[in-house]
Amino acid sequence: MKGLFVSPSPHRSSNASTARIMLMVIISLVPAAAAGCVFFGPRAALVLAMCIACCIIFEALCRIVMKREQTVGDLSAVVTGLLLGMNLPATVPFYIPVIGSFVAIVVIKQLFGGIGQNFANPAIAARIVLMLSFTGQMSGWVKPYWYTSVVDAETSATPLAASWLNYTENGAAYKMAPFTLSEMFFGETGGCIGETCAAALIVGGLFLIFTKIISPATPLAFIGSFALLTLLYTGSAVETVYGVLAGGLLIGAFFMATDYATTPLTMWGKIIFGIGCGLITFIIRSFGSYPEGVSFSILLMNLLTPYIDRLTKTLPLGAKKPVKGGNA
Amino acid sequence: MSKLNGIKLHHNKNTRDCETADFPLPRSVVIPMSQHMGAPCKCIVKKGDTVAVGQKIGDTDAFMSAPVHSSVSGTVTDIEQFLLANGAVCEAAVIETDGLQTVCPDITVPEITDKQSLIAAVRESGLTGLGGAGFPTHIKLNFDAVKTPIDTLVINAAECEPYITSDYRELMESSSDIIEGILLVQKYCGIPLCKVCIEDNKPDAIKLMQQKTADIKSIDIVTLPSSYPQGAEKVIIFSATNRIVAEGELPANQGVMVMNVSTVASIYRYTQNGMPLVERRITIDGNAVTKNAGNYFVPIGTRVSELLAYCGAEGAKKVLYGGPMMGICLYDTDQPVVKNNNAILAFKEGKLPETTACIRCGRCVRTCPLNLMPVLIESAYNAEDIEDLKRLKVTLCMNCGCCSYACPAHRPLAEINQLAKAMIPRK
Ligand code: SF4
Ligand code: SF4
Repeated sequence: MKGLFVSPSPHRSSNASTARIMLMVIISLVPAAAAGCVFFGPRAALVLAMCIACCIIFEALCRIVMKREQTVGDLSAVVTGLLLGMNLPATVPFYIPVIGSFVAIVVIKQLFGGIGQNFANPAIAARIVLMLSFTGQMSGWVKPYWYTSVVDAETSATPLAASWLNYTENGAAYKMAPFTLSEMFFGETGGCIGETCAAALIVGGLFLIFTKIISPATPLAFIGSFALLTLLYTGSAVETVYGVLAGGLLIGAFFMATDYATTPLTMWGKIIFGIGCGLITFIIRSFGSYPEGVSFSILLMNLLTPYIDRLTKTLPLGAKKPVKGGNA
Repeated sequence: MSKLNGIKLHHNKNTRDCETADFPLPRSVVIPMSQHMGAPCKCIVKKGDTVAVGQKIGDTDAFMSAPVHSSVSGTVTDIEQFLLANGAVCEAAVIETDGLQTVCPDITVPEITDKQSLIAAVRESGLTGLGGAGFPTHIKLNFDAVKTPIDTLVINAAECEPYITSDYRELMESSSDIIEGILLVQKYCGIPLCKVCIEDNKPDAIKLMQQKTADIKSIDIVTLPSSYPQGAEKVIIFSATNRIVAEGELPANQGVMVMNVSTVASIYRYTQNGMPLVERRITIDGNAVTKNAGNYFVPIGTRVSELLAYCGAEGAKKVLYGGPMMGICLYDTDQPVVKNNNAILAFKEGKLPETTACIRCGRCVRTCPLNLMPVLIESAYNAEDIEDLKRLKVTLCMNCGCCSYACPAHRPLAEINQLAKAMIPRK
């Protein structure tokens, strides 16, 4: 008998696939996205849908134009679109999702070679570009359930813009925060579509940890270091909890600082990455002129990732001398 | 660290309860002169010769080699140049069987009085490791007791590859041979302790061996978790003794000798009946097998096509020597069963999922038992960066395949590692 199929071992593969992993990430994001749609209304849903659709279209077009194999099927563009949308306020004009998706998919992801090759998290980079270029449009915070009100959209402060800056000037000012801790936990606050509902984000994050899609190292190091620094600085546990629940910290720690392509490979690398993010977030929030530091911290650490990878190579079993240097 | 990385596989030990049966004598066999690591033998019979079972038909002066014997009685019809599954070419004797299975009159029970006579006898038996790599057994026994004294004999009965149950059947059917073989090696090689390592998915075998060795102080039965590649040499040494065989070292440097469970039993059998290694136990299984899946004593040199026909596996798309993780694909089923084959597996499907781009998920790093970083090795290989490949210690890779298995992008990482090894110039 001839004509047998010949290939090198192993002859089995696990049922893991990129699309399956991306699908799990999408599932984990659904609760927080859904909460955002409930709080911020149909417009939020529309923004999310636009981001996802634009990311898919840009990804498909890029691959066609670049004459590369089609990769929309791996669902990574959906994840990017969803994350981008969740990082936008519900009130953004409709050209924002289009521009954001273009930056994320075309500029950050595909021009650098597509999935796995980008140096920065596409959704984060796009959010930062949008924040810097369309500061006004990107700060149209509204109160939850604003869409049910007959009056014109009432603007609202995000917990960070309202309380965080206050207490940096006045240590005891957290009581002035316009939201209660329970509102913060369940997300009935102002903010980006997907970042407000801490409960949903934690559920999604735990789902990813238990299904072994992400390692708990990054979120623990990120949230832990931020919380510790805040606690030391403010001396107030309540402040600390506010700080952790506010802004993009949870969505950043669970979903963006754990992006495979732009974060370190090994456990120690992930811990260093997480601590770096926590530290930078703390510094920006406490001393910087921007109320929000999560996106910048992740972007900065993304840039450091190749160096962290180089420093945290594993030590092979029985290797005669430690592995140092080299091109990561 | 008490446990090395690895993966959980479906065991598929479908044939675990299939008692070993004799495989029907084939009409002819083809016996290659190179069946294992080391120098090939020179054929010492010629076309037209009559041979008997156990007759030596190939030998060499090279130390790193073991002689080859006829598994059948009959006539040598041809000495041909044969292309082995690993791509090497060697001589092979084609023997037409006469069906009588006359035993060679030269066969005598060896007399063993010391280490040297044991080593000589084991060499004469043509025994090589029956578990995988097929390292000639007498070389293993011939360690230097002064420079590298060995205190622990690790008997590898992990059988971590899916489907294969031939070592399990050895444990169940020949436990006395195993124990006698261990005692023999311990006695003549002066190894005080033996650890028989069995994965916990074989509780019956563990129980049986525990009962049988209850009174033997020098033999421990060690239960290891079922995790692939538990049976890989470095892994089983670590699991059994907590010792790490460092880069460039042999197990003997750590005072350990690892021997496959069927190999050690074969040593004992040879000392009892003087019959060299002419047949071996093989598992035949896989989803293309439609009947008679099971364990068989198969004469060395039986063509795989005969096994497949017997088991109704003619429709197979992929046929493996060995298990699905490390087995070698046959391109032609006229290839024979050789000494280190523990299984022939036939599968209906050949292709693995398409390879996609690496997403840097780190799964390959997390699953590698040796803590290598296949993802970085692949980039270094693509960049032809030999210095980086050296730093990444690609030479340590044992091709176990965990990384390729776990990769969601289905990248052929284990294969790339072997290519990368070849890229590093030898000193
Ligand atoms: S397992 Fe595959 S996709 Fe993941 S890092 Fe390794 S090579 Fe890349
Ligand atoms: S094949 Fe090599 S690199 Fe891959 S898991 Fe096994 S030892 Fe590690």
